[in-house]
Amino acid sequence: MSGNSIRDTFFEECEELLEALVEGLSQMEQAPDDMEVVNAVFRSVHSIKGGAGAFALDRLVSFAHSFETVMDKVRDRDLAVDEKLMSLFHRAGDHLSDLVESARDETHLDDEAESGLIGELDSYLGDEAAAEEFSFDAVTLDFDGPAIELPSEDDSSAMRVFDIRFEPSRALYENGHEPLLILDALADLGELTVEADISRIPEFDAFDPADAFLSWHMRLASSEPETTLHEVFEFVEGLCDLDISVTTGPEEGPLTAPLDPEPSTGTEEPIAEIEAAEPQDEDPPYEGPPRERRKEPRGPKPTLRVDLDRVDRLINTVGELIINQAMISQRIEELDLPTVAHLTNELEAYKLLARDIQEGVMAIRAQPVKPLFQRMSRIVREASDATGKKAKMVTVGDSTEVDKTVIERLADPLTHMVRNAVDHGLEKPDGRDSAGKDPVGTIRLSASHRSGSVLIEISDDGAGLNRERILAKAIEKGLVPPDVELSDPEIDNLLFLPGFSTAGEVSALSGRGVGMDVVKNAVHALGGRVSITSTPGKGTTFAIVLPLTLAVMDGFVISVADQTMVIPISSILETIRPNPRDIHVVGTDSQVVSVRGSYVPIVDVADNLGLSRHDDTAGAGILLLVSTELQGLTALRVTAIHDQRQVVIKSLESNYAAIRGVSAATILGDGKIALILDPEELINLAHASGNDPFAQHSRMELRHG
Amino acid sequence: MAETAEAHADTQFEFITFSAGGQSYCLEITQIREIRRWTPVTALPHTPADVLGVMNLRGAVIPIFDLSARFGLGATPANERNVVIVAAVDGATIGLQVESVSEILSVDKSEIQETPDIKSEATRNSIQGMISVDDTMVRVVNLGAVVESGKGLPA
Repeated sequence: MSGNSIRDTFFEECEELLEALVEGLSQMEQAPDDMEVVNAVFRSVHSIKGGAGAFALDRLVSFAHSFETVMDKVRDRDLAVDEKLMSLFHRAGDHLSDLVESARDETHLDDEAESGLIGELDSYLGDEAAAEEFSFDAVTLDFDGPAIELPSEDDSSAMRVFDIRFEPSRALYENGHEPLLILDALADLGELTVEADISRIPEFDAFDPADAFLSWHMRLASSEPETTLHEVFEFVEGLCDLDISVTTGPEEGPLTAPLDPEPSTGTEEPIAEIEAAEPQDEDPPYEGPPRERRKEPRGPKPTLRVDLDRVDRLINTVGELIINQAMISQRIEELDLPTVAHLTNELEAYKLLARDIQEGVMAIRAQPVKPLFQRMSRIVREASDATGKKAKMVTVGDSTEVDKTVIERLADPLTHMVRNAVDHGLEKPDGRDSAGKDPVGTIRLSASHRSGSVLIEISDDGAGLNRERILAKAIEKGLVPPDVELSDPEIDNLLFLPGFSTAGEVSALSGRGVGMDVVKNAVHALGGRVSITSTPGKGTTFAIVLPLTLAVMDGFVISVADQTMVIPISSILETIRPNPRDIHVVGTDSQVVSVRGSYVPIVDVADNLGLSRHDDTAGAGILLLVSTELQGLTALRVTAIHDQRQVVIKSLESNYAAIRGVSAATILGDGKIALILDPEELINLAHASGNDPFAQHSRMELRHG
Repeated sequence: MAETAEAHADTQFEFITFSAGGQSYCLEITQIREIRRWTPVTALPHTPADVLGVMNLRGAVIPIFDLSARFGLGATPANERNVVIVAAVDGATIGLQVESVSEILSVDKSEIQETPDIKSEATRNSIQGMISVDDTMVRVVNLGAVVESGKGLPA
């Protein structure tokens, strides 16, 4: 059991390390000279290797080792980073993540790519490769991460003088350690001079035999690497004040001297230990730029791993709390107390607190989109390799936080869109050249918060959509009648139609049987919208707007016929109390409203839900102006708007089934259920209902009921 | 014969009997979560007439079916004394509106008779079996079928 959980932890950590790796690699692209970044990359690979060694994942270890060795050379400035090497690093990083995955799932991975990559990596090593390999073999048994000692091997003959300050704490003695044994062990490593500091021993009266008063100052001349020294203190680290520094290293005295004053004392966490120990070990023999390496606070932020179920349970409970709060408010209002001033204040405070708690709980589920974006950089790489195009990825706002579920469910659609952007969006390098563009295309991924929702944009700087071809294709596939007149945005939106797959005309890369309609559905399922804008010659942008959370949203409480419903605020552009003069009838029963000079079709919500008894005539009610991709601006007619409030989203599907035009339900303050409308779907429904016999039928039935 | 019946072949079965559309039906007690007084529901658009709407059951949104309408016996007349039987089926929780709940029936497995070969397939599907009590006959409702055909409509 525990073995498994350690293994799980390792893979969880691997995920973080791989993220750091990818991030580091992309930073390296921008600043190949930044040693801090190179180090971060090296450390990631190294930590993965160290951990993998402990679980005997030999394949992972050996690949990580090759990778790391080349990385190490870059770190020592023996190797200049050029485009080719960078691409190799990227591919190696991808492969490393594949290896981790295959080790985790215990699947088998194709050897061919690996040996190719190892070959490429080794080609950068030259003659030293063999020697490195050897020393590596020698240390794989070492649990802490073999490579730590790699460089020291080269340096094994060099004598160095270590300055050791050892100050045991009371706990050291209480745990049964004996400083003398430690000193003996140190003496075995080389020439040791020990000086005891007895200055702190108190007067006899005040002497507590159980307390620690002694400390030692030692100088050790030894050829052993510093890790060996740390090993001696392994069991007492944390129980003492330990300071190990190298005072002189005969070969490279001046360089190493300033490196020392940061020993790794008392670090409990294995990763941190490796990280802390590693620069010290490797600094003396290598003359890498030492200063930057020190100030790296990039260790993993302290985090808490919590079972997702627990968080969800908490979120549910908080949802209930918010409903309950609304109920209490409503009840108190109903009491009609004479002086409720105090009560109102308290109630308001309660409301704010409930909201705070809810936001805090939601924040637990929120995660930055960064890992998701990083995964996309790999897609860009693979896609550009496969299509022979050159592309780089730029990310903006990758610290934007989004609900975890959203991130998980967005991975597939985003992958598809990024792949499309490279495959269909960008031109071939020569085409770009002749268009006067940088031969390297740019795929831009951006995320930002926008008034309660998250906006994710995928844009390319390619040729833009070929509308003629899209239209021709749609006609050919029978998706639209041949004589149809469509506006540019309407043509763009044809891409989202089911059955419109551009797979036939392009490479195998994008033609994986996933059309943009799947993307659209996936985004819709998350309560989001996807839209498309394209400028010929400039590129195409796909915008995904998603709700911030999947559990709570801000909505208008409205009434439709005699039912209370909720409509998401985010979808509403403006509310209009129309002047009857502005409403015009078009045809037999269609109405439009004139909004600042333009005519906007009116969709009666009650009508579309089969609720209306048509007692409200034109001009009555309130219009909610919403914008949709397919139908443009539309005004939804509702009977009244009552309130604006935060509502907890309850799924209808879990106990019943999805209903068109309704995205979910919520519970109002009086304990009743209100349906949450899906404006987009409602409008589509309105446009479809003319030729949908079922819509007619159900309306009939309800009227009978 | 009911699967549930076979599962506990050697035990006595307990059924809750109720009346809907003037006929008496029953459900095995283990399927029933609770019995509630009728409270107004929120109607759902685009649903068949026998789906009355949804109700708030301590924070969960559950659909309420009119059992009488479901069985083609006409909508249950609105009445304060109507009750809602909350039942669990296939992991979902649903409510059945009925006219009244009568009693708990303790019967032996052998007393449950198979549904005779009646004309309507739909009816045969939704009635799992029959129990005769004194002079009357009580129909055992197949909850799965009630929910299934409720959802089956294209939306």
